[in-house]
Amino acid sequence: MVTLLQQLVNGIVLGGLLAFITLGYTMVYGIIQLINFAHGEVFMVGSYAALATYLWALPSGIQSTWYLALPIVILAGAAFSVLVAVIMERFAYRPLRNAPRLAPLITALGISVFLQEAVRNFFPDGTRPKAFPEVFPEGQLTFLGVTVPASGLLLVVMAIILTGALQLYVNTSKLGRAMRATAQDPDTARLMGINPDRVIVLTFILGAALAGVGGVLYGVHYDNINITIGFQNGIFAFTAAVLGGIGSLRGAVVGAFCIGLIKTLAGQYMPGGTAYDYVWIFVILILVLVFRPQGFFGETERVRA
Amino acid sequence: MSSASDRSAAPLLEASGVSMVFGGLTALNNVSLTVGREEVLGLIGPNGAGKTTFFNCLTGQYVPTSGRISLDGTTLPSDPAKVAAAGVARTFQNIRLFPNMSVLENVLVGRHVRMRQGAIASIFHGPGFRKGERLARERSRELLDFVGLSQVEGELSRNLPYGDQRRLEIARALATEPSVLLLDEPTAGMNPQETEDTRQLIFAIRDSGVSVIVIEHDTKFIFGLCDHVVVLVQGEVLVAGTPDVVRDDPRVIEAYLGKPPEDVAGTATEGEEGR
Repeated sequence: MVTLLQQLVNGIVLGGLLAFITLGYTMVYGIIQLINFAHGEVFMVGSYAALATYLWALPSGIQSTWYLALPIVILAGAAFSVLVAVIMERFAYRPLRNAPRLAPLITALGISVFLQEAVRNFFPDGTRPKAFPEVFPEGQLTFLGVTVPASGLLLVVMAIILTGALQLYVNTSKLGRAMRATAQDPDTARLMGINPDRVIVLTFILGAALAGVGGVLYGVHYDNINITIGFQNGIFAFTAAVLGGIGSLRGAVVGAFCIGLIKTLAGQYMPGGTAYDYVWIFVILILVLVFRPQGFFGETERVRA
Repeated sequence: MSSASDRSAAPLLEASGVSMVFGGLTALNNVSLTVGREEVLGLIGPNGAGKTTFFNCLTGQYVPTSGRISLDGTTLPSDPAKVAAAGVARTFQNIRLFPNMSVLENVLVGRHVRMRQGAIASIFHGPGFRKGERLARERSRELLDFVGLSQVEGELSRNLPYGDQRRLEIARALATEPSVLLLDEPTAGMNPQETEDTRQLIFAIRDSGVSVIVIEHDTKFIFGLCDHVVVLVQGEVLVAGTPDVVRDDPRVIEAYLGKPPEDVAGTATEGEEGR
């Protein structure tokens, strides 16, 4: 029983982490029908940017004061992720806006490899995993034998606050409406005076900011980062986006928590243990693609000429 | 050449020598027309005459091969988003609402171009943001009231009946505060009562100070609505003038009204009363 509860807690923490990435996947898909496989790398560079900021930009007085260091590294990580995403959109995806869909997809894979290799080559000693600095107190809560690490709690709380804020933004602001309008009918949106380029950049910015925050919190929670965390978690997040119904924000959050729970519970209870937990995630992906390709909240017809 | 009117005041919208060539097909050939302030202009012609192509040129969706279109003396840009800001809005022959947005939200999207709201302000929901949103909602509700859709503002637009969807498109277009409104077959598929309601609505729009250009196949509707009528045939202006002049012109009767019976039946709605 305690094990089950413990795994549920772990799963929820992982789900919160994945939600940060999944939202960016699903928003970009919703607006330009691009599976941005480089999105996981946007998450990863956020993590490294936070590490770099901590190591080389913060004076030791701030380094040791977590409530100053944490917001600074989160902002730095998010800002760098946004920068990378904006450059990526401007120079890699925008020129391919009217190309066949396969072209930007392959470009996305190329950018993914490029970003990984860039960090490997240019981050000092980038080939090896890096210890993430302690920018959050180590403590943990224990009740009924279940331990909830403080960093996990931080991660989930931040995920809930930020996804809520995103929903609010997309549903009630002028630019959020413009995003939804562009996703539904870009040509008509343009006739309403909406500049699609601006809306698309905004979408990348929002997705990247969330991914960047997620990247930093990953480091805070798991203590170690390496250059493949983006790819791994990106693939999980992609699965979560498909499960929830790609293009749907609600679906992204629900999907992320489902995948988080599936991974931890399967690692505990299914044959093969944690060595095989990836397998179950992709089994789910296959089942979804076969039996309910539109996911939980996706629309049945998203096909556009 | 054929100018629609000889008004003393400068025309609001002026198209001069507009041609549009797609490959070897000349969709519009040297089309010139003017629209005055608070004027309803009808654009009629057989299928494939280039009426919708002309609308696409006006809204910047197509860049004319040659010719110039100006609004209030300023040449219109070739970007639809900028044309909307300049004051031209349209509806579509086949309705193009945002299907998964509510009725009110569709109109709010139309307010986009008239709202000043920065990306930062909308993240933090400051007082300026709240005020702007409130005003946009008020204005949008006024427009829904104007077209008679206040009761259904929360419905998803795709769930509205057909006639209501057409009216919602008009409300959304009006939300951009156009000086010229382009209506592409606003009464297609409507019953006589709805058609009459639409006619009254267009008069009300004109009286509010907006000029209207209407594409229609229903010539009876057009003649009872418009101050001036332009007949397009095969991409060229055949006749332009007041409804009386156009109605009695033998070329129009020959090219458009005097078609074989099956064509007339095919274009007019339900073969309304004989003409």
